[in-house]
Amino acid sequence: MTDIPSSAQSEELANKPDVKKRAVKIYTRYERFWHWSQALLIFILAFSGFNLHGSLTLVPFPLAVMVHTYAAILLLLLWLFTTFWNFTTGQWRHYLPQNKGLFAVIKFYAYGIITGAPHPYSKSLNRKQNALQSLAYLTFMVIIGPALWLSGIAYLLYGLWENIQNGQQIFTLVAFVHTAAAFAMITFVVIHVYMTTTGKTVFHYIKTMITGYEKIELTPAEEAYLEEQQPGMLKKDTQ
Amino acid sequence: MANFASKGRRPHIKALRGLVMAVSALSFVSLLSLSNIEALAASGQETLPHSPVNADAKASALQLSGKPAGGTADHSKFEILQQDFKSGPEVTKACLSCHTEAADQVQHTLHWKWETKNEATGQTLGKRTVINSFCGNVASNEPRCTSCHAGYGWEDMRQPPPSDPEAVDCLVCHADTALYKKFPTKAGHPLYEPTPWNGKIVQPPNLSMAAQSVTNPQRENCGSCHYYGGGGDGVKHGDLDSSLNHPDAALDVHMNADGLNMACTACHSGSGHQWPGSRYSTEAKPTTITNDGEETKTAKIRSLDQHAGLMEPSASCESCHSARPHDGNDIMGIKLNDHTDTVACQTCHVPEFARGGVATKTLWDWSTAGKLKDGKPYKVMDEHGHPSYMSEKGDFEYAENVQPFYSWFNGETTWTLLDDTIDPTKVVEINALGGSATDGKSRIWPFKRMHSRQPYDKANNQLVYNHVFGKDDTALWTNFDWDKSVPAAMEFIGKDFSGELGFVDTYMYWPITHMVAPKEQAVRCTECHAKEGRLDGITGIYMPGRDNFKWLDWIGYAAFGLTLLGVLIHALLRIIFRNRKTQA
Repeated sequence: MTDIPSSAQSEELANKPDVKKRAVKIYTRYERFWHWSQALLIFILAFSGFNLHGSLTLVPFPLAVMVHTYAAILLLLLWLFTTFWNFTTGQWRHYLPQNKGLFAVIKFYAYGIITGAPHPYSKSLNRKQNALQSLAYLTFMVIIGPALWLSGIAYLLYGLWENIQNGQQIFTLVAFVHTAAAFAMITFVVIHVYMTTTGKTVFHYIKTMITGYEKIELTPAEEAYLEEQQPGMLKKDTQ
Repeated sequence: MANFASKGRRPHIKALRGLVMAVSALSFVSLLSLSNIEALAASGQETLPHSPVNADAKASALQLSGKPAGGTADHSKFEILQQDFKSGPEVTKACLSCHTEAADQVQHTLHWKWETKNEATGQTLGKRTVINSFCGNVASNEPRCTSCHAGYGWEDMRQPPPSDPEAVDCLVCHADTALYKKFPTKAGHPLYEPTPWNGKIVQPPNLSMAAQSVTNPQRENCGSCHYYGGGGDGVKHGDLDSSLNHPDAALDVHMNADGLNMACTACHSGSGHQWPGSRYSTEAKPTTITNDGEETKTAKIRSLDQHAGLMEPSASCESCHSARPHDGNDIMGIKLNDHTDTVACQTCHVPEFARGGVATKTLWDWSTAGKLKDGKPYKVMDEHGHPSYMSEKGDFEYAENVQPFYSWFNGETTWTLLDDTIDPTKVVEINALGGSATDGKSRIWPFKRMHSRQPYDKANNQLVYNHVFGKDDTALWTNFDWDKSVPAAMEFIGKDFSGELGFVDTYMYWPITHMVAPKEQAVRCTECHAKEGRLDGITGIYMPGRDNFKWLDWIGYAAFGLTLLGVLIHALLRIIFRNRKTQA
């Protein structure tokens, strides 16, 4: 879902001498590690989880239990650390909802991308995601994720609350929330994976998420700052 | 006790000697390692039953009972037991001369009274009154049925059992079963003179020998009645039959003759001749908490607390294994422990019953009883050698390795008694199981569900008693005439009978708890966590793999599927219009 300006936009930008495009490391090593290990764990959890749900029979039930439980514990640890990382590095700001331009982005993906319209949003150092992206990731982080981990932890710790009143009904509710959130998660994954193909080339965004580098507009001030203070974040300019 | 312990040891020694010779011929090293045993065997010296030198000895040793091994009395040395006893009560009199309180204790137990008040339902239960789905009722059939009473001479169910202390039968529980047997038709007495039975002359037991053989009850003692209920080996319970006399680990890990070799009283462990574990009030969700609310942390503490009266005696798995018995240090163990609030241990650990090679009766249709061939009763055998028809009893089905029936169970059963009105259009539950998913007291339990067709009064819609045994002109098994046998039984107990006899289908539930398999053979996760699995009929609980949330699943699959379809269409449109960009 990461976006770069379309070629039309680039031409326009090229006429503005004070804005320059540079390959900047917009995804740090930790961010990329987070993304890919999270992706792997979510796939493992989805397959083992729907195996447990009875939708798939890839592995025997007890193996699915073990895989799902261990993967869940790893993902919980990853999320715990990432939450810490997001707040200490200030990266959390990228996920704040920003409704400005949301409709334009939706319009672009609905038909602009087919008719060849330019992308309405251009990525910057301060804002790596467009409005729709922020909203989607926020939903992921504030609704789907917590629904899964809260119900998942409750499920894992069943032994601690099994004897409370109406324990069985609460257990059923926990299973319901977990299953509902899991359906939301796999639906999210379908859209997310598809959106990675909407870049300059089909694999452009995936490459970006692997290397961390993306060509974005830099103001002279930003460029000078990075050249001076964070040279590692800039790829040697080849233009 | 000496007689009992020495039984059958000789062949072991012979076998051992042969083994040693064979092994020593094979290798010098083996000879060295076994020289100890060889020396013992060669000198003809008998090893003690529990000697570690004799590998076979353990099987011949006494079983592990509720009391620690190692008594201080050898009953064969008591002079009072060396007399020529003429009757069972004479033996009891001798026993009571030392064991002064024993008879009084026994006479206060369910084994004696055959009557118990169910506090939860208010029903008076026990063999004296209930109707079961096998032979039916005791009253009017006494001398046959009371051959399993723990006493002598209870000949009329309308009266309480005899109050004479000497009427208690010590031997049936304590003597070597090879030396003492109650005769099937003598109201609890053994034979006192040679008697013809099934075409053979049966010799009376030597009561002096029997009296000298007494020890703590062995499985054979309890089994002499409890294996044979319902008219034959394994017929009634399904999880109790003579295969438990010498079971291997695969049949029962606790009674395993080469392992723990536990006697019944190792679990049914009480004092004063009172044993916990009656099916009339089952502990469906046994507690590990004392009466004061203290958590007992170990089996040892639970055992002491039970002996000290700080908690009720219990014959449950939890007594030794606790309520979280699986290894709590690994995820699988924690997951398995999470089942114990809703699933009884037996549900997973007794995967099938009647596993020891003895079949159990699963169907008994009384309605066909009484047919004769050439005026004579006859018998039809099935392909496994079990009767499938008997003129006396009707049609049967037997089965081995039976998968249990599962149900929520809180330990309470409500019985259909003589005075209860039944609905003959439905299957009548002889002992309807109490419990539900939500009462907090129930767990999912395994049962043998016995299916029978039994006589009832069509006009009054009530079950009836039946007079089956006796050499009179009304007993069914002698005269094959229902029109005489049922009225005779009803008259015997003074109940009305309309004269209209019908037959109604019944279910009777027998909790399954014995024949605990090794853990490797426990029920697999997927046998329940799957559609159409073992627990298919269990409601009120969400089981992953078995259950889903109908409309949630519909919405979920639809959202996922439509999204997938949506992106595919979107991708297709992008491919079709891919040249637009350059044209723009």
